Amino acid sequence: MTDRPTDTPGDPGPGNSPDKLKHWSSDAPFDPYTTETLTAEQERFYMASQWQMMWWKLKRHHVAVVAGVFLLIIYGTILVSEFLAPYNLHARDVDHIYAPPQAVQLFHEGELRAPFVYGFKYELDMENLKRVYVRDETKIHTIRWFCLGDSYKFWGMVTMRFHVFCPGNGGTLFLFGTDRLGRDMLSRIIYGARISLTVGLIGISISFILGLLLGGISGYYGGVPDTLIQRFIEIIRSFPELPLWMALSAALPVTWSPIVIYFGITIILGLIDWTGLARAVRSKLLALREEDFATAAVLMGARPRRVIGRHLIPSFMSHLIASATLSIPSMILGETALSFLGLGLRPPITSWGVLLNESQNINAVALYPWLMLPVVPVILVVLAFNFLGDGLRDAADPYK
Amino acid sequence: MLTYVIRRVLIMIPTMLAISVLTFIIIQLPPGDYLTTYIAELQAQGEGANLDKIEFLRAEYGLDKPLIEQYGVWLLGMLQGDMGYSFEYNLPVNEVVEDRLLLTFIVSFSTIIFTWIVSFPIGVYSATHQYSISDHGLTFLGFLGLATPNFLLALVLLYVANVTFGTSIGGLMDPEYLGQPWSGGKLLSVLEHLWVPVVVIGTSNTAGMIRRLRANLLDELQKQYVTTGRAKGLPPGRLLMKYPLRMALNPFISDIGNLLPQVISGAAIVSVVLSLPTTGPMLLDALRTQDMYLAGSFLMFMAFLTVVGVFVSDLALAALDPRIRLSGGATR
Repeated sequence: MTDRPTDTPGDPGPGNSPDKLKHWSSDAPFDPYTTETLTAEQERFYMASQWQMMWWKLKRHHVAVVAGVFLLIIYGTILVSEFLAPYNLHARDVDHIYAPPQAVQLFHEGELRAPFVYGFKYELDMENLKRVYVRDETKIHTIRWFCLGDSYKFWGMVTMRFHVFCPGNGGTLFLFGTDRLGRDMLSRIIYGARISLTVGLIGISISFILGLLLGGISGYYGGVPDTLIQRFIEIIRSFPELPLWMALSAALPVTWSPIVIYFGITIILGLIDWTGLARAVRSKLLALREEDFATAAVLMGARPRRVIGRHLIPSFMSHLIASATLSIPSMILGETALSFLGLGLRPPITSWGVLLNESQNINAVALYPWLMLPVVPVILVVLAFNFLGDGLRDAADPYK
Repeated sequence: MLTYVIRRVLIMIPTMLAISVLTFIIIQLPPGDYLTTYIAELQAQGEGANLDKIEFLRAEYGLDKPLIEQYGVWLLGMLQGDMGYSFEYNLPVNEVVEDRLLLTFIVSFSTIIFTWIVSFPIGVYSATHQYSISDHGLTFLGFLGLATPNFLLALVLLYVANVTFGTSIGGLMDPEYLGQPWSGGKLLSVLEHLWVPVVVIGTSNTAGMIRRLRANLLDELQKQYVTTGRAKGLPPGRLLMKYPLRMALNPFISDIGNLLPQVISGAAIVSVVLSLPTTGPMLLDALRTQDMYLAGSFLMFMAFLTVVGVFVSDLALAALDPRIRLSGGATR
């Protein structure tokens, strides 16, 4: 800012005694516009769009950023699950049923080698009727990288054999152990991500559209439609979620193919979840439609659709996205719970819940604890969504 | 206050009616009815179904009547406390569910109390020690409880208790009390078994409660009256207890409405894993075998519990928070 010139310099005005400090003033010509110009930095800040502001705020929330990157990576893997999994989803190794996880080793007899695993020696414990696997340090299976292994159909279409890493020739590579049919848990978890993660996305899209539509009608028009929709929401909300999910998914006919069941389950999850979003939309609309910019739009002859879609919704979209992010994890957990109970997805569709269904009895916990490993990605993904949602909510809040 | 209570009760009636319609639609949704499932089962076992007997049963249970009439009969029966007939158990639903409804109520109620007891001190501590290491740690623990599927936690606890204490913690009471009338011993035994489901179901709800209490209390702590109080020399403990905490307590009461459906949901799946004699496992079976009146009465009971819970929490909130006006126009 430039100082405003007040007086001509060097002219002691009346009443100015010489012992007083001389009054300084700039002799630059006064230009009112100079005070208005912003530095490049300020300009960037003031002119930034709402989304840019959100992005800057979000960047400062380190946990949310880490969670977001983690989610991006894990959602990225579902595009190339087939490459990442060392085995085919359905590959069975009848010689290794309930094999424990094999640890990756780097040293053999004090010598550094390429990553490898030790093979198994396998015996039947006739006393406890149990398979016992002992590490056999003479068998060394070096992990192969960028290799050809089990064949599979990439995205169910192209037959390929490429894997990022495979078991050594003639050896095994069960990093997370195997299940009761000798199937590799790690591969199944990687494939399961494809189903478990998309359930949340599809479900939230359905609930987002429904919430936006019904909440929008309710909040903008008010009156009878508002009352009807609000009563309806109240009724849906007074059913506990899980029993309602159970009842509805039990209603899916058993004759349907697993892939149709998958869509049925996601639709059910979405159909019940929209109420919270609809309420948020309604309360925001009620507040915003009284604002001057909404009135201005109406006075200029905009139709309701344009007022809602062009003026009102964009002003709280960020908030909506944050709350949607927070409700994805409950859908993922819901699918997991339903499949665990046997009411959700069914094999051969493989989700984390379907995998956990195998660890349903206490024997699994006691004898084959690695069957519970699918819960690790569930917890990580749910945590990440919660942290990201928290960060987004803070970033979307204009008062912070 | 009285007019408000009456109005709320009157509103509950159409709500419950609508819920009953919805419940009836849901239990009618699966194609076929219990008898078709039953016939399919018989055929799968290689036995021919006696068509005469099936027809007799169908007429006996009123399954051949139009849906509206079936609904009417069911609703009227419900109003008189008769919840219909369970095909699977060959008994009136009332006799099948008797104890289970009470136990479901006990489990849900204790879980809410547990959630309060745990989240109250943690929430207050987290808010007064904002951004400290312990705050972050507790928040993270809460999130972890939120993210862990209930049923898995139940399984692991089941296993740990089995290995370390050598006792089976499944069920809600020692086997010798099953089917016995209530007595002091039975009550003690129930209390002994109750903690596992309560802890397991409670973990997922405490996190949300802690976050809400913390956020509310933080908002209050920044207000000017707190500064004024501090400037006037009020001891920190007293200052906290007397004003901000009271304001921040509202979620504890108003959230019963949200908490209750969650608790019942959680209880449903945990009780399947822990084989508790509550509504969860039986609902699952009833849904699988299309034992519709049994499933319907469970759904109705759970919804009823929620509606009443919301009502009670509204009343309590109105009584405790002087800012809430009952009369006058609705505030939007």
